[in-house]
Amino acid sequence: MSEAAEKSPLAIFREHCDKGELAYQTGPDGTAIYYPRVMAPGTGSTDLQWKVSKGLGTVYATTTLFPRGADPYDVSLIDLDEGYRMMSRVEGIDPLEVKIGMRVKVRMVPATDKEASYPVFDPAEG
Amino acid sequence: MTDLRGNIAIVGTAESDLGEVAPEMSPVDLMAQGTVRALDDCGLSLKDVDGLFVAASQTRMAAMSLAEYLGIQPSYFDSTQIGGSSFMAHLTHAQAAIAAGLCETVVVAYGSTQRTIGRATASAREPNPYEDPYKPMMPPSAYAMAASRHMHEFGTTREQLAQVAVSAREWAKLNPKSFMTDDLTIDDVLNARMVSHPFTVRDCCLVTDGGGAIVLTTPERAKDLKRKPAYVLGTGETITHAMISQMPDLTTSGAATSGPIAYKRAGVKPADIDVLALYDAFTINVLLFLEDLGFCKKGEAGSFVEGGRIGPGGELAVNTSGGGLSYCHPGMYGLLVLIEAARQIQGVCGDRQQDGVELTLAHGNGGVLSSQCTVILGSEATL
Repeated sequence: MSEAAEKSPLAIFREHCDKGELAYQTGPDGTAIYYPRVMAPGTGSTDLQWKVSKGLGTVYATTTLFPRGADPYDVSLIDLDEGYRMMSRVEGIDPLEVKIGMRVKVRMVPATDKEASYPVFDPAEG
Repeated sequence: MTDLRGNIAIVGTAESDLGEVAPEMSPVDLMAQGTVRALDDCGLSLKDVDGLFVAASQTRMAAMSLAEYLGIQPSYFDSTQIGGSSFMAHLTHAQAAIAAGLCETVVVAYGSTQRTIGRATASAREPNPYEDPYKPMMPPSAYAMAASRHMHEFGTTREQLAQVAVSAREWAKLNPKSFMTDDLTIDDVLNARMVSHPFTVRDCCLVTDGGGAIVLTTPERAKDLKRKPAYVLGTGETITHAMISQMPDLTTSGAATSGPIAYKRAGVKPADIDVLALYDAFTINVLLFLEDLGFCKKGEAGSFVEGGRIGPGGELAVNTSGGGLSYCHPGMYGLLVLIEAARQIQGVCGDRQQDGVELTLAHGNGGVLSSQCTVILGSEATL
């Protein structure tokens, strides 16, 4: 009989975020998995390991949103160097200057009363 | 495997009220309106309907709601909900159900009042902890990122995307039911209000109310009805992801999988198709689907659509209704895509009717390029 999970994948991910860490999982064959799950997609393996990313990646796709009556902001898909892709926001530069291929580094937005800590990206040096 | 080629036909089609409907009309009111109009279109009645296929974003148990409203107890029903391509999937499932003898005459219906009640209410977003913090405007931002990637990899331009909207508008002028028929130029598209770069509001589908229904039945029964049957020759369906971050390659959609399956089942190739109806939720959709369905090479759709090639009088008739960009887009537009593809075979499209249409292709898209379903329809001569 399988044991009940003590924590959800999201709860573990957020515990890492609170420590300033971007977490992801790997399957038995080393394949990177994101978003966090209870099993490896494609194989069903539950033999997953949690890892902490170096937090370096490359912009894969990008858009700038123009909400009415508010400042434009970026939404991008980031390819992390460990081999997975996530949605995030690149900050610290004009959103229209975020370009595909740009190198970026993760930073955690601290938790507030309303929102859990979550990862965003800044342009990486060099 | 059972050969389903031509085992059912679309015999009746109808739109419900479209655009901005009367206050407090419900999605089920519109489905029912479409159902009785589509039955009237082919000369069948509610008593004949023993299969009911329904999907909608405002009605969770859609087949149940509509069956009650219509006052029927269908022996077979299906509320497969994979977004705007649901109705193409319904056709595949109806083929299987009718082949198995589970039902004989099917209504596929849809209704939406998203313009009247607001899009956020009509299709409330499910919470997603891995996307919500970034406040993407969904679905436009997902498609905008696909466009950013297409532009990056292939040099596709905003002008080429805009050409898709301009050709749709030219077609819409020939359709009396179109929501927008004002003149539209490439500059108008480029200079419209920016929504999610590179898309302005004119790169994005309309937000309208609307719905409709189609009636499907066996070839034997189809022969005696009022309209020329549009036979379902082949279908293909696939799901590649749910979240845009999980899409394997943002420049190749699941149409590259669903298209070849549909062509194989139908026994036809892209060059055989007379009219295309492609789900144009955003301008990039048409470029991706022209490539993925084999009408041009990957990366070349931007130049392919230049100069009005897919507009009225062009080499390839695409979205003759005016599409989701200019005719109507109630949120899950796939049913109206199917209706136009069927009507071009039936020869009932008025000013926009193309000559000698024997084969049409309807391609549905759902989610954020997530579900892709292709349907190939043919006249009796293609059986």
